[in-house]
Amino acid sequence: MSEILKTEICGIKMQTPILTASGTFGFGEEFADFVNLKRLGGVMVKCITLKPRAGNKGVRITETPAGMLNCIGLENPGVEIFLTEILPRIKNKFNIIVNISGSSVEDYGKLAKFLDVDGVAAIELNISCPNVKDGGIIFGTNPKAAAEVTTAAKNSTSKPVIVKLSPNVTDITEIARAVESAGADCLSLINTLMGMEINIDTWKPTLGNITGGLSGGAVKPVALRMVYQVAQVCKIPIIGMGGIRTAADAVEFFLAGASAVAVGTANFANPNVANEIIDGLENYLRRKNLQSIKEIIGKVK
Amino acid sequence: MKKIFDTEIIFNVEVAEKIFRLEISAQELSEIARAGQFVQVKISEEFTLRRPLGIASAKNGVVKIFYRINGRGTEFLSTKKSGEHLNILGALGNGFNTNVDGRILLVGGGMGAAPLLSAAEKLGAADVLIGGKNSDEVNFWIKEFQPEVGKIFITTDDGSRGSKGFVTSLLPEVLDYENFSAIYTCGPEIMMRGVAKIAAENNLPCYVSLERRMACGLGACLSCSIDTASGRKKVCKDGPVFDAEDIF
Repeated sequence: MSEILKTEICGIKMQTPILTASGTFGFGEEFADFVNLKRLGGVMVKCITLKPRAGNKGVRITETPAGMLNCIGLENPGVEIFLTEILPRIKNKFNIIVNISGSSVEDYGKLAKFLDVDGVAAIELNISCPNVKDGGIIFGTNPKAAAEVTTAAKNSTSKPVIVKLSPNVTDITEIARAVESAGADCLSLINTLMGMEINIDTWKPTLGNITGGLSGGAVKPVALRMVYQVAQVCKIPIIGMGGIRTAADAVEFFLAGASAVAVGTANFANPNVANEIIDGLENYLRRKNLQSIKEIIGKVK
Repeated sequence: MKKIFDTEIIFNVEVAEKIFRLEISAQELSEIARAGQFVQVKISEEFTLRRPLGIASAKNGVVKIFYRINGRGTEFLSTKKSGEHLNILGALGNGFNTNVDGRILLVGGGMGAAPLLSAAEKLGAADVLIGGKNSDEVNFWIKEFQPEVGKIFITTDDGSRGSKGFVTSLLPEVLDYENFSAIYTCGPEIMMRGVAKIAAENNLPCYVSLERRMACGLGACLSCSIDTASGRKKVCKDGPVFDAEDIF
């Protein structure tokens, strides 16, 4: 495997700076037929909560121009099943970054502690899910609450803590600075943008949860702008995500200041897309006569 | 086994109002596809999501699919011409068991007849009961099923072909005609519920093929999760075929 894309973030050695975003790649194994998982920088696995969650009722997805809305609602089997059944299956096959969500500050601490085990590379605090009432985004839209959640997780684990930021705020840099001060090791952004769709025949919202999170190509310019803004004010590394579909999209995020990127919704259209982005990124660097991906991080002029 | 295939369109023709028969040249897919499985069709680069469509036939290097124009994606698909390429992800899902003793009755409503056609093809001998709105919506199915099944029973909402009424009205009579070992059904959920009820009353195993919105088709996105008697299941990966007792 080529050296040109090798990198390290928060002490996690990565073959490439291409990860897959939580909620779009299951637990990695679902894509084993299509992607060489060892080439990925890591898999940010489906969000895990303390107790199992069935998620939202009714229609959960709808396609939009250059994107989609989802309101899955954090369906997951709970941390116990994750640790006893899922983790043993996927352990040592790729860097496992566990996305977690809670309904209280204590929940994040408890989850971080449960997941402080062999086989987990890092945890990603989901303080930005727009689809559940009892958690997530309420911590992600308030700098003080975001910092508290970060501290709770940091105090409970030896693993690097990544905080996933919401774009549904007035000033994302304010939240970014707050979680950095609270000890976050890394930031990931953006989560989905809250949106909705109405069926003009029934006059009802399409989605069972009324609103959902917008992802896909449509959100890329917003995500890129936010990565750029956060990179100006924070020192900790950023994993950029939001509408990345091609190597060219990924390059933009690196130039804006991301140290790694995650591919999300694009995995649905093409389960092999992460491989293609890795190949494309390598070609780009060679074409530009660069020796390492690190040479383009934050280099936007 | 699932893969991404670059296939070529042989036919993409309207067989009834807004209903299309799509035939693609896909040797390997036609060999690996099991009855009742589905594919995820890439419409174009402009569409973020693929469209999950049932496999209606897979033999001799040709995969046949039927779809109804139901939105922007299927509308765009309907404009594709023979010779154009189509990117297909498949074959997905569990499918129907076609290695069975005894005779199977297939019960389809509307577009739900599509996966049953692939079951008929693989079973070799089965009978079918098809329901539709009117003669136009069942005539093309009769043509498709004729070479694959024994008897064909038809109902239409308006009585323009076969018996007037729903498949559930005719089903008890059809069950008297032969000693069936199981029912495979696909169609509107209310119809499948009725079919499953009659099957249970007759102590017949019943398998239903469900339809849900899907993003990945691989069991990752959880768009198609459902509650069943045996816990949470994903229609794309654990289904689309389920034991009716687990669903209704």
